[in-house]
Amino acid sequence: MKNLTSMLAATAVLGSAQAGLAATEVEFWHAFTGRLGELVAEQVDTFNASQSDYKIVQTHKGNYSETLNAGIAAFRAGEQPHILMVFEVGTATMMAAGGAIKPVFEVMGDGFDQSKYIGSVKGYYTSPDGNMLSLPFNSSTPVLWVNRDKLQEAGIDPDTPMATWEQVGGVLDGLKAAGVDCPMTTAWQSWIHLENFSAYHDTPFATKDNGFAGTDTELAFNSPAQVAHIGAMGQWAKDGKFIYAGRRNEGGANFRAGECALFTESSAGYAGINAEAEFEFEVRPLPYWEAVASEPQNTIIGGASLWVMEGHEDAEYAGVAAFMDFLSSAEIQAKWHQDTGYLPITAEAGEKTKMMGFYDENPGTDVAVIQMTAKEPTANSKGLRLGSFDQIRGIIDEELEAVWSGDKDAQAALDSAVERGNALLRRFEQATR
Amino acid sequence: MEKRVTFKGLWLPLLLIAPQIVITAVFFFYPAGQAIWQSLFIPDPFGLSMQWVGLGNFEYLFSDRFYRASFVTTAIFSILVTLVSMGVALYLAVLADRLIKGSGAYRTLLIWPYAVAPAVAGVLWLFMFNTRVGVVTWYLGLLGYDWNHVLNEGEAMGLVVVASAWGRISYNFLFFLAGLQAIPKSVIEAAAIDGARFWTRFRTIVWPLLSPTTFFLLVVNIIYAFFETFGVIHTITSGGPQQATTILVYKVYADGFVGQDLGSSAAQSVVLLVIVSLLTVVQFKYIERRVHY
Repeated sequence: MKNLTSMLAATAVLGSAQAGLAATEVEFWHAFTGRLGELVAEQVDTFNASQSDYKIVQTHKGNYSETLNAGIAAFRAGEQPHILMVFEVGTATMMAAGGAIKPVFEVMGDGFDQSKYIGSVKGYYTSPDGNMLSLPFNSSTPVLWVNRDKLQEAGIDPDTPMATWEQVGGVLDGLKAAGVDCPMTTAWQSWIHLENFSAYHDTPFATKDNGFAGTDTELAFNSPAQVAHIGAMGQWAKDGKFIYAGRRNEGGANFRAGECALFTESSAGYAGINAEAEFEFEVRPLPYWEAVASEPQNTIIGGASLWVMEGHEDAEYAGVAAFMDFLSSAEIQAKWHQDTGYLPITAEAGEKTKMMGFYDENPGTDVAVIQMTAKEPTANSKGLRLGSFDQIRGIIDEELEAVWSGDKDAQAALDSAVERGNALLRRFEQATR
Repeated sequence: MEKRVTFKGLWLPLLLIAPQIVITAVFFFYPAGQAIWQSLFIPDPFGLSMQWVGLGNFEYLFSDRFYRASFVTTAIFSILVTLVSMGVALYLAVLADRLIKGSGAYRTLLIWPYAVAPAVAGVLWLFMFNTRVGVVTWYLGLLGYDWNHVLNEGEAMGLVVVASAWGRISYNFLFFLAGLQAIPKSVIEAAAIDGARFWTRFRTIVWPLLSPTTFFLLVVNIIYAFFETFGVIHTITSGGPQQATTILVYKVYADGFVGQDLGSSAAQSVVLLVIVSLLTVVQFKYIERRVHY
């Protein structure tokens, strides 16, 4: 009899275990490793533990580019995940793939309140009629990082204003005169010094509202404003005031090691700089040219969003919606924002972070948020929606390198980048017609 | 009179070569056929639609001056990689061949780099020549030379050539050493007795007798430089600065995987297929005539 009871108990346990297994599985492919990968896994575990209907299975698929290609290859083989992380430059590619994706606002259903998401964050991922096509996941925006000790050593007041590039130019003169080897460096040159530069000065990067209004868009970043900025940077490079370290964020190593005084880099660089820098640093808003605009517009984001792939069961989409709802909650967003330095995707999460006193304890972490949200985005500062844009960035990198090495002047380099990029845009337009 | 084994009937020989035919068909003819087929279309990345463009992809490619320039870059790169890796390997092999003591240890050590994957080799060289923390960069700085392959095109090309050739030296060394040891000692001794110095012996006896090995290595090294150096270039320069190190294979990757332009990527693969076929024909038709087996 006793045996029978224990057998029944065992069966019951097995039964419940099977019920656990029967939870609807949702595949989530992302591009994060290291600390960020751990934080994603933590979010997924928290969600899975919070309910029993759905189980999110997260898989790392390589860097951004590799993750996108893995998703595309999987779709072609009919093995696509439910949720695919795609970096912001892949947005146009995903949008054009109408039969492959399911817009997030559709997945989320009728009760979906899109207004709670921060305009300049979600704007990058919304359709022309204002519906969210993908869920912003990690978003950052470029800021100016300052090594205060380096300025002090060079005899420059660390609090000297650097809101404009005119003022930064003066500081660079001072640093160079004081014998600093690396007055300024940058990461992600195209993103910061052309894409964000254009939005920040309310100047088009491309025609047709930066591609939002159609794939027949043409690049327009060879106008006087951009040429003036790249020209000034080229002159600084020639004078040894701007040190070019590489196409990605190679310059970060120079800044964190304390070699460079100024550094234009993503606000998400916070965790790394905070951990490694053995000097007093400060986050300042990205400078603007007073000669071009009397005051700056907003900057645009970089990062990635979550796309829902077509071809799954309704029950699974319900799981996707539940997970996205969870990710958008103030608590999860506030934690993500504070842990990573990425921007919060909802205003509520920003408020919560402020209430918790995080910005007071970590000065400068709100600079990016303010810079993004100070003004309502315009057609020039909503974001970019250009096909083959990852490759166009490669072209821009090449042409900018020609400026930094003194092979070309700014006008010639940007004209060439526009011409070469337009050829790719026409290919994309043809492929997605 | 030559003696040959002949089979009667048709089925047995067919059966015997069948595995090779199947492997070639599955792993070569099928993908190559697919590439040729795809090069005639512009597909969208997700395979939702395909547009017939005929030779449009090829027109697009050859009207691009950067694509045409990439041929020159590839030629310079391949010739340099082949010359450096074969030259150094031959020199080391000649030295190792003359060793009496400890030759085993030398050989083992010289073979090691071959075990290093190209991408890892790229990272190793990148660390040494890193513009900020690289050891070599630091020493060059002491000598007053400002190394900056991030912006200097010549330096970037030099670095990818050295990094690509390095691992290859081991492979070439092995073949050269085996080739040298296969040369009958009696011939060389006879020449020495006749008063031929080392250099004369090398020029008139060793080099001609080594020519089958040299020819074989020439073919495989050029093919290596064309196709297998992707990892090195990807890790060190990503094709830059500007387009200084964008070889044809790197462009296939950039268009296919970064730009998701599969039509252009397929067309470039077809171009590569043609180039390699031509190269191989030329090598076997013209250079092989000068080879003494």
